[in-house]
Amino acid sequence: MEKLYMDNAAGTPMHPQVIDAIIPFLKEGFGNPSNIHQFGRFTSDAIQSARESVANLINAKANEIIFTSSGTEANNFAIKGIAAANKKKGNHIITSAIEHFSVLNPLKSLEKSGYEITCLPVDKHGLVNPDDVKNAIKPTTILVSIMFANGEIGTIEPIREISAVVKAKNIIFHTDAVAAAGNIPIDVADVAVDVLSMSANQFYGPSGAGALYVREGVRLLPLIEGGVQEGGRRAGTENVIGIVGMGKAAELAKSEMPQRAKQIQKLRDMLCDGLLKKISHIHINGHSTNKLPGNLSVCIEFIEGESVLLFLDMQGIAISSGSACTSRSLKASHVIMATGVDPALAQGTVLFSIGRENTEEDVECVLEKLPPIVERLRQMSPLYQQK
Amino acid sequence: MQYSAKVMDHFANPRNVGEVAEADGVGEVGNPACGDIMKMSIKVKDNVIVDAKFKTFGCGAAIATSSISTEMVIGKTLDEALQLTNKAVAEALDGLPPAKMHCSVLAEEAIEAAIDDYLKKTTGKGLEKKKAPSHEDHHHHEPDFRPN
Repeated sequence: MEKLYMDNAAGTPMHPQVIDAIIPFLKEGFGNPSNIHQFGRFTSDAIQSARESVANLINAKANEIIFTSSGTEANNFAIKGIAAANKKKGNHIITSAIEHFSVLNPLKSLEKSGYEITCLPVDKHGLVNPDDVKNAIKPTTILVSIMFANGEIGTIEPIREISAVVKAKNIIFHTDAVAAAGNIPIDVADVAVDVLSMSANQFYGPSGAGALYVREGVRLLPLIEGGVQEGGRRAGTENVIGIVGMGKAAELAKSEMPQRAKQIQKLRDMLCDGLLKKISHIHINGHSTNKLPGNLSVCIEFIEGESVLLFLDMQGIAISSGSACTSRSLKASHVIMATGVDPALAQGTVLFSIGRENTEEDVECVLEKLPPIVERLRQMSPLYQQK
Repeated sequence: MQYSAKVMDHFANPRNVGEVAEADGVGEVGNPACGDIMKMSIKVKDNVIVDAKFKTFGCGAAIATSSISTEMVIGKTLDEALQLTNKAVAEALDGLPPAKMHCSVLAEEAIEAAIDDYLKKTTGKGLEKKKAPSHEDHHHHEPDFRPN
């Protein structure tokens, strides 16, 4: 059976040059970077070089990058670390309804321990209104956390406008850029972001490698305590292989981004046009233009997303039903629901996320295989008959 | 989460899809907002279910449980069919992932609803002791932040 991967929002295949960069470290990268002997210097030099590449991707300084085990850890670290460091200043945090669970769940924990959380709504395109952020700010607000772009529906938030509102009040601004970093341009010198989360497996680096950008002067307490790695802010012997891979992936993302984005968006638009032509009663989620290049989230009426996913999987095609992370939960995606989609329709959410390895043939294959699956499931659906 | 081979078989090749012609009883349970609706129609002769068909809006487990439960009730008396438990449906599929057990509950309820409908039509009186609708209870609802 052929294998067709169109689930890049859940994780990207490693770039061949990333694999090449990692291989020497699988063999020789065992030295503990904290040691000053040649084995330690070999790995610590590699980490420093990766730190520079990751910093360069978002136009930050190398000493502003803290490596983590994942985007999830970066988000947890940002939220909990900033909340703890600013406990005396206030207890109010502002976020949005479409954040990833690695932002929402730490906030739920903080709420239980006495913090006050304001969760802002989004419009039907998934956009946060900067005025809502402005109106939600109180004297006790210590942090605003709004994602750069949403991985499920692709919507890119008005980060510049939001950060202007937040920084005018001198409040710390965190953005979860896990879905955005490496895929669209981010410049922290241009847009005033204080703390920003990234994950390597969203831009063709390895899984298990993430990073948190922390602007110089922003204080946050460590999540993981122990040794003095990462400037004492994230303890634990460094994941050299993951970090080296992330560095190479960041370097490639920076240089290949315009070309990649153009190619990926072309395929996405081709898929979108084809689906609209071939399948009736289908709705496109997210914003029409402020959107990640590879994202195509659709709601297919009268059927349920997991069934579509399973039938496509039988034909070798891998996609997501809603978010990769929510496909095990029984609820319709909180992101889709927050955009005001009818709950029954939300059950028919299917996410295609195109990556750098996808081709026109891949798109044609999906356009050929999907319509009969939809038809078959609709014939089985009591909702379809009632229409 | 992994489905058993049996679940995948019933999902990919569902048995008894559709609606029984001139059905004697029809039951529809579930809720589109929860992600699944099962509609079961039955043909009854001499107190025995001689045919059963389903239409389902839902996930792989919902379709598979619908399919196998039609197979399980055909040939059974109404009383026997009412004895069918969600556990038996799940076991017949070589198990369901814990998060999908509610689909088997839905199947049990769909059969019961179809029989209830049949009894109402024929005797003017439905099932005396209907099992409490348990579908909702099997969803695990985490408290969410609501936009405020």
